[in-house]
Amino acid sequence: MDELPIRSGDDVVRVRQHVRVMAAENGLSLVDQTKLVTAASELARNTLVHGGGGVARVEVVKSPDGRAGVKLQFSDDGPGIADTDLALRDGWSSGTGLGLGLSGSRRLVDEFELNSKPGAGTSVVVVKWSR
Amino acid sequence: MERVPIVKIGQTLFVSIQVELQDESVLRLQEDVADELAATGAHGVIIDITAVEIVDSFIGRMLTMIGSISRLFDAETVIVGMRPAVAITLTELGLSLKGVRTALNADKGLEILNGRS
Repeated sequence: MDELPIRSGDDVVRVRQHVRVMAAENGLSLVDQTKLVTAASELARNTLVHGGGGVARVEVVKSPDGRAGVKLQFSDDGPGIADTDLALRDGWSSGTGLGLGLSGSRRLVDEFELNSKPGAGTSVVVVKWSR
Repeated sequence: MERVPIVKIGQTLFVSIQVELQDESVLRLQEDVADELAATGAHGVIIDITAVEIVDSFIGRMLTMIGSISRLFDAETVIVGMRPAVAITLTELGLSLKGVRTALNADKGLEILNGRS
């Protein structure tokens, strides 16, 4: 498992590049690579902007039926999200964005888990499987 | 931060994005396009994203805003060269780039700008 810090805009770019390489090496199609990298970009920016920085973990995983996948975890120790259901709705935004970051990135991946509590930080885990 | 160059040819500003876009570069590009439009009076902006591997909601919003800003300078913006995988991903993300024209390539983009009276 690889750990990448997210403390600047450059770090967000590095996370994208790393996810791109891992997705390509593990048999994701070009469209699926693009979807996963786009989701990674959204989530890494959230970690930076809303979480005050944090870390991305990138891991290769195997499904029960033997398919390879790429699993990403983004975690921060920021203020957290009070209502995670609300946060996953299209158009919900805490600030200047379009409110598509969380809800949109959920549509781009195969598995999506959001854990957050006010004052206890936020963790998002996503998986994209090869087909 | 890498800066995206802007080239003026005739009445059109050409922007070809060849760098890995980070948020500050996109914000900077927005300012640079506005400055160039104000300084040159160009009537069109073509943004070539052939080399851009992903457009997320932030980059998408900035592209739309460049379109809105250029309209205030009586100029139209056309985004050209979007990769198929990027188009599919943008649509699934829920982003439609409303208010900004798109074309297959720079040639078609110029046709759109030249057809505008």
